[in-house]
Amino acid sequence: MKISTIKDLLEAELIVGEEFLDHEVVSACGSDLMSDVLTFVKEQTVLLTGLNNPQVIRTAEMLDVSCIVFVRGKKPTQDIINMALERDIVLLSTDNTLFEACGKLYEGGLRGDMR
Amino acid sequence: MTVESNEYIGMIHSYEIEAGNFTKAGEAASSIKRLLRQLGVDANVIRRVSIAAYEAEMNMVIHSIGGNIQIEISPKAIVFKAVDEGPGIEDVNLAMEEGFSTAKEWARELGFGAGMGLPNIKRCSDEFHIQSEVGQGTYLEAKFIL
Repeated sequence: MKISTIKDLLEAELIVGEEFLDHEVVSACGSDLMSDVLTFVKEQTVLLTGLNNPQVIRTAEMLDVSCIVFVRGKKPTQDIINMALERDIVLLSTDNTLFEACGKLYEGGLRGDMR
Repeated sequence: MTVESNEYIGMIHSYEIEAGNFTKAGEAASSIKRLLRQLGVDANVIRRVSIAAYEAEMNMVIHSIGGNIQIEISPKAIVFKAVDEGPGIEDVNLAMEEGFSTAKEWARELGFGAGMGLPNIKRCSDEFHIQSEVGQGTYLEAKFIL
């Protein structure tokens, strides 16, 4: 699924990473627990989370996660945005809850990556 | 950077880790990842080393009073070492169990402290060794075969 499709399905606001909207992700993970994300997430994944701190970007960086969706209308601070910019990570913000956002992407054909 | 002619020594990089500094937490793992990319290391190995390094760094920031992370790169393997000065782990076997954690609430608020760190480092590496003594500190070594 293209990142631009994720943005549309979630009616999300693009915070940073317009040049990467064409990139594909093959799976999704919704979690506030970075420990779990670090254990289970595979490549080319979109991470949906309600957690809003630098560790989210760090976790994404280590796993080559190319897109992060902040749920419940959360907006990252400028230092978090700068970190994402440096690492070519797309940041989206949606008003959907984590449950709703995951449901919409699942309905759109995206699947989890716990194998 | 130290580059030796002996292929078994190779390149050694060292990073100081500050206890409780969450703004900096992850910088060492980030540097290690960039370094391995520059060296053209296999993507799957980079990923495993990065995850292990980040987990170990977060462990050190959350639990220790500070320490050092070191990475040794030779043509045959990457050896990651994390050494801290305390407080040490009371029961290492228990700490290796998934779900066991002594992390405080503030660590959990950052998305950590779920008791997944050490088992995940072990899972990512080809060889894993941990030694700890209360009052002395913890020594962790993870080896990745190239």
